[in-house]
Amino acid sequence: MAKPRCLLDKQAFACLLSRHASKLLPNGLLRPDAPVKEIDKVFKALADPSRRALLDRLHAKNGQTLTELCDGLDMTRQAVTQHLGLLEQANLISVQWQGREKLHYFNPVPIHQIYERWIRKFEEQRLAALHSIKSKLERKPE
Amino acid sequence: MSHEKFVYVTYIASTPQKVFEAITEPALARQYWGHENVSDWNVGSKWEHIRANDERTIQVVGKVIEHSPPTRLVITWASPAQASDPAACSKVTFEIEEYDNMVRLTVTHDELEAGGGMANGVKKGWPIVLSSLKSFLETGRGMDVFAKPKAT
Repeated sequence: MAKPRCLLDKQAFACLLSRHASKLLPNGLLRPDAPVKEIDKVFKALADPSRRALLDRLHAKNGQTLTELCDGLDMTRQAVTQHLGLLEQANLISVQWQGREKLHYFNPVPIHQIYERWIRKFEEQRLAALHSIKSKLERKPE
Repeated sequence: MSHEKFVYVTYIASTPQKVFEAITEPALARQYWGHENVSDWNVGSKWEHIRANDERTIQVVGKVIEHSPPTRLVITWASPAQASDPAACSKVTFEIEEYDNMVRLTVTHDELEAGGGMANGVKKGWPIVLSSLKSFLETGRGMDVFAKPKAT
């Protein structure tokens, strides 16, 4: 059977889903050769404390050079460069050149996508539960 | 006065034309942004960021600096009360490039007063708007950019 061709816009999402489905093994796990999805890169990048520390530093001061970012960190320049590379691939930082300086900026857009997909819906249920406990406890005896 | 700059990047499965229109066409922007960006988009013209509800409050105003569809749009950005004060005007650049079979949208918000109300506001706003734009173009549905947790 011919593979569905990935067109843009309306069909793109359905198409991504079907492409993704074809990467699944019968047991539902992702095939080892499946391409790494955008969101997986983000979770992987966030899984490392050194990389989170770098994001914290950029959050505190946006637009730093490699030298500034290394300053005061217990990591080699080479390690920081590698971490920054992974963060950039995950689209958690963006890079802009200013003259000869390469500046790194924190890009929270993928984190917001995680929030939308993985946090908000669970948080809503919890808040609703808390709300109902609160109103039960606060109800005055008749 | 020190300035702050933010650079936001998102990859969208769409075309540069569609991304550009989603920003500049009020009928599209209201669907994922809850606001419309209204202008004739001629260089030097004013543009207004209008809340897409009955009140139609103008929340941001500015001038069009560059309009090069579908790859680049540069505008100034200020609260209506401070529009006449050049020091209170910041600058937003939208850059749209093709990237594999996607589009890479970079939004640079520059010349913001460091730690000011506008800087703090846009810092919260852009990630939501850009996530919503991505969902809108990829799935046909934006997010509710004014969403709050349900039971508060």
